[in-house]
Amino acid sequence: MNLIGEKISYKPDEQFHLNDVSFNFKKGNLYTILGRTLSGKTTLLKTIAGLLNPDQGSISFEEKDFIKIPVWERNVAMVYQQFINYPHLNVYENITFPLEQRKLSPEQIKKDVDEALKTVGLVGFENRKIQELSGGQQQRVALARSLAKKAKILLLDEPLVNLDYKLREQLREEFKRIFSEGLSQDTILIYSTTDPQEVMELNGEVIVLDEGKVLQKGPAKEIFENPSNLKVAEISNDPPMNVLEGSKNSKNLNFENISLEIPNHFKNLEDRDYNFGIRASEIKLDENGEEFEIELAEISGSETLLHLKRGNSKIIALIEEVMNFKIHDKVKINFNANKFYAFSEDEKLVSSPYGGTNG
Amino acid sequence: MSKLYTFLKYFFITFWTVFVVAPFLWAVSTSFKDFQSVNSKVTYIPWLDFEPTLEGWRVLIKSPAKGGVDIVEPYFNSIFVTCTASLISIVLGTLAAYALSRFTFKAGFVRNNDITFFFISQRIMPPIVLSIPFFIFLSTIGLLDSLLGLVVVYIVLLMPIAVWIMVDFFNRVPKELDETALIDGCNPYQAFYKVVLPNSIPGLIVAGMFCIIFGWIDFFFAFILTFTEVQLLPVKVVALNSSITPWWSLSASALVSVAPLIIVAFIVERYLSKGNLSGALK
Repeated sequence: MNLIGEKISYKPDEQFHLNDVSFNFKKGNLYTILGRTLSGKTTLLKTIAGLLNPDQGSISFEEKDFIKIPVWERNVAMVYQQFINYPHLNVYENITFPLEQRKLSPEQIKKDVDEALKTVGLVGFENRKIQELSGGQQQRVALARSLAKKAKILLLDEPLVNLDYKLREQLREEFKRIFSEGLSQDTILIYSTTDPQEVMELNGEVIVLDEGKVLQKGPAKEIFENPSNLKVAEISNDPPMNVLEGSKNSKNLNFENISLEIPNHFKNLEDRDYNFGIRASEIKLDENGEEFEIELAEISGSETLLHLKRGNSKIIALIEEVMNFKIHDKVKINFNANKFYAFSEDEKLVSSPYGGTNG
Repeated sequence: MSKLYTFLKYFFITFWTVFVVAPFLWAVSTSFKDFQSVNSKVTYIPWLDFEPTLEGWRVLIKSPAKGGVDIVEPYFNSIFVTCTASLISIVLGTLAAYALSRFTFKAGFVRNNDITFFFISQRIMPPIVLSIPFFIFLSTIGLLDSLLGLVVVYIVLLMPIAVWIMVDFFNRVPKELDETALIDGCNPYQAFYKVVLPNSIPGLIVAGMFCIIFGWIDFFFAFILTFTEVQLLPVKVVALNSSITPWWSLSASALVSVAPLIIVAFIVERYLSKGNLSGALK
């Protein structure tokens, strides 16, 4: 009874948009697809919806071959990152459109639409024109239309990306509520995003996608704590995880003429070269620390992002207060060695502070 | 500075308005004059300068046997040919434009853009180039000097305009709108007429307006492809101008010729300002 995709490939031109993607989505669960722009997220969702036909591979749902069923008979719902609604219809008509298409009874339609409007908080907006609504409200209409359909597969393609910061935060909170209240137990919810924070907050099963390939699958916590390789570590952190080329010997970790004491979780590692990973938030300003040169300082909200350089290494540090720095100034920073990841030279995870390894 | 700007703005608006409206007023006053008032001296104000008469207008509906020119039949011929050709052009042109905008065609080196250009290229040629082929074509199929023949030729002339405008319009309607309609349970035909078409009304109006204007004002093909059986309005109006120019009936016929276009312009203007796609299709 699951939605199962096997070895799906889609290559409309020189490049793979999807490359050997397999999945097994179970009813009643939330799945997030994490990947950067152009990683194939939208392609994957469109393939599930039936808007694209893969060149290879199969998709089955409820033990039926899904690829043979045309889009309009698949009973899926999709919310796009652009706010797509029917401009010639008002809010109410927009939400009834798919229900009328399915020829439901007027009483049923009214009940479903009222319920959906209540869930997304648009009661009282029934007769508004789409053009009169703000971006956030337009996206709520699109979501209400998808919810009212009670589709068995609900696809959300970066639904928050075109909204401003404040609204995104607010709608993200509401999404969590809507997903837990407004969905029936036999719905599969698939949510794609570029934002690691969204993935952590929604806390579902995660698929990390890059250049059309699945890099890692697992619960959000697992992806965050034990990224299976460097690519995943970069994609699943914002700012991306810092990478420092260095080595371990019997006494120290060495990189860029810096020596650190070996943390406990590295004790059993072989002595050789590694790519060390450290999150931006685990780097602190420290008078007794190591000297780096400031390349750029950005203030975002109540945080400061410092782009630092030393030798060939460039790193980003996240300082949790607003501070002013001059470009090309020197700062001293301290690395929390207990939070170091070690990746092998072919970029696979060797050791993580949370105990995971990937051989 | 702003005073000068305001002055200049109103000066040019006034200048342009006079430039456009004056000939109309002149034609209106001339249409009520007789031979004497036109040819003896310059006259401006009715009842003071000259005695208004309806003779110029009466001539237009009198039959030739009674010394009139009878533009009623050509008038309805023109309306029929223009409307039929425009309607068919819009229907076929819109379908063609939708296909060109949404599907990918490949035939040898030919791609969508080449097909679109092929349509437009029909309008790049000077009409005179087309006149002989059209003449031979219509005489071969026996439609020379007939309304149907003119409709066929006008479709060839008007459909490129419709395709051109509608391709551009559909390209600006996001593909995601069609896709959403498909996901919401429409088959491709329903997606087109339930979602895409209702949102294309401004484009359809613009395309329709251009078709009607270009069809209505065409003189060249109407002149070449008709003789005695069928006449269109522009040909008849020009034919009024014989050895003695009857300025009064010429003015009257000019006014009735432009009247439909003015009416169309007023209706279209109201629709165009109403229909806009912004907001919903960001």
